[in-house]
Amino acid sequence: MLGRTLREVSTALKQGHITPTELCQKCLSLIKKTKFLNAYITVSEEVALKQAEESEKRYKKGHSLGDLDGIPVAVKDNFSTSSIETTCASNMLKGYVPPYNATVVQKLLDKGAVLMGKTNLDEFAMGSGSTDGVFGPVKNPWSYSKQYREKRKQKAHGENEDSNWLITGGSSGGSAAAVAAFTCFAALGSDTGGSTRNPAAHCGVVGFKPSYGLVSRHGLIPLVNSMDVPGILTRCVDDAAIVLGMLAGHDPKDSTTIQDPVKPFTLPTSADVNKLCIGIPKEYLAPELSSEVRSFWSKAANLFESEGAKVIEVSLPHTSYSIVCYHVLCTSEVASNMARFDGLEYGHRCDINVSTEAMYAATRREGFNDVVRGRILSGNFFLLKENYENYFIKAQKVRRLIANDFVNVFNSGVDVLLTPTTLSEAVPYLEFIKEDNRTRSAQDDIFTQAVNMAGLPAVSVPVALSNQGLPIGLQFIGRAFCDQQLLKIAKWFEKQVQFPVIQLQELMDDCSSDFEIEKLSSVSLKQ
Amino acid sequence: MSSLLSAPSALREDALRRLKREMWARAVKLGLRSWVGWRRGFTSKADPQRSGRVTAEVIEHLERLALVDFGSLEAVARLEKAIAFADRLRAVDTDGVEPMESVLEDRCLYLRSDNVVEGNCAEELLQNAHRVVEEYFVAPPGVND
Repeated sequence: MLGRTLREVSTALKQGHITPTELCQKCLSLIKKTKFLNAYITVSEEVALKQAEESEKRYKKGHSLGDLDGIPVAVKDNFSTSSIETTCASNMLKGYVPPYNATVVQKLLDKGAVLMGKTNLDEFAMGSGSTDGVFGPVKNPWSYSKQYREKRKQKAHGENEDSNWLITGGSSGGSAAAVAAFTCFAALGSDTGGSTRNPAAHCGVVGFKPSYGLVSRHGLIPLVNSMDVPGILTRCVDDAAIVLGMLAGHDPKDSTTIQDPVKPFTLPTSADVNKLCIGIPKEYLAPELSSEVRSFWSKAANLFESEGAKVIEVSLPHTSYSIVCYHVLCTSEVASNMARFDGLEYGHRCDINVSTEAMYAATRREGFNDVVRGRILSGNFFLLKENYENYFIKAQKVRRLIANDFVNVFNSGVDVLLTPTTLSEAVPYLEFIKEDNRTRSAQDDIFTQAVNMAGLPAVSVPVALSNQGLPIGLQFIGRAFCDQQLLKIAKWFEKQVQFPVIQLQELMDDCSSDFEIEKLSSVSLKQ
Repeated sequence: MSSLLSAPSALREDALRRLKREMWARAVKLGLRSWVGWRRGFTSKADPQRSGRVTAEVIEHLERLALVDFGSLEAVARLEKAIAFADRLRAVDTDGVEPMESVLEDRCLYLRSDNVVEGNCAEELLQNAHRVVEEYFVAPPGVND
């Protein structure tokens, strides 16, 4: 049951094949078994069981709230959750219990979703590995997969090569791992420079970044106000569409959400591919791109072409500057956003009481890690009066050029862009930490951050396994507010590539009944 | 400040490098904060250094503004790398280009009507603070008080 898609499980709940409480308990049990992944910071067991119980009552009365009722979900720990600790994986917010729910969390709960817990991340969502949080790094479930281990010529049990485990990517690594390891059916991440799509690609799940302004940021502890969006991680594109339908729409508490009416939608199975124009940005053919990713990218392009789509090379001329631009704007906004953490109203407070300045400084030294402090200092440098014009304003101008690049390409008739998500498959943690956070982010965000600067929707879809047995994803980028169209194309593509299910052998042996392919009539599970 | 950042001559660069080495050695002994003061006193007149871009003045200024201290020499080096990275933007021609603040600039920002619809949650909010007296957050005095 846990290996099913959200839609399938929802149907099973509606048909009474399983109850919300049973489902919740199975997920809780699996969370305990997969604790070594460190995907969760907080497991909200009591809350989840209570929510499951209420969902069960609704189903018994025939009053289910919809497709999400009773479905276990997880939320990245930078979304405020009422009465549940929200830490952003930082000492600064350890023990902080928000008095309110983020709008997206509230929407999920209003639709009956069952909150399993808060997932791990890089501290304050700064990073591309989910390795720099105070609760430790997140391990990629694929490190323990049969597919990966076979390629490394290892036995599934016994030989414990745990020391060479792989990163999940970041910063929403906990959410990606939680979904990939079947502990929930959907998870919320955040995406500022690729933080949802990057771990999705490394963990073999779907990572969707909505258009900026489509989904409320109220309650998402902000990093870069002009680029942040809540992201959705699921095991298939259709599931992401279901969740998006519940979350999208104007929020009076977030004035950057658009006021256009938004309706939930169902994705069709066909996509009229022969009417599409797919753009391949030539500047994304980076020298550091692994040959395997490049090969899958090429195959994907050919696939569309063979189905009658027009596949053309396009140019986004300012691509090489986009990571630099992002770096300046990101650190500048971060410097501003992190100023709120002074120990007075919430969060960590040091013991020094000599003066306000001393108290603030010590609190922030104790509360933030090096990465966060580094970005605050860089940001403040770029915002100094003498630097403002040359760095911050300059970056804002370059941002316009980058956004215009996309506008020009879409105006020339391209419906969707197809690019890699990451440079390569997930790397071992020991290798990843050889470079510092800023260097890694600059390398790993290369295909994803331009999308945030332009505010466009994008989705990473798992495509195939590498020679090492690890997931590789590709990214589709759509026009602003054409999220539905984007997901339609992604869904079609997903069906063509048939990405394999992760084989977590040890877990499967322990909970074999959960993973048994039940001989349910497949007709009842079709839409 | 801008005069400090103007390009030095080759001779000064040399002297600067030697100076820097001496200063790093000192810093380790005295601890960063006192080093900043020492460096400032020593170099404020003779240091139009540009090679690292991050002068003692800038460090102190940033620490004061950010209320975050560098804490180590690596942190200063990291900032210098970050600046060097950002400098690549100079190569882009942005003549006549308006800065972009938001991707939603063509839309009207939504403003709620000015009605009180929620609030009265002082107790809840005070619960998250470490030091509270009645309904006040307690802060130590400011330096200039």
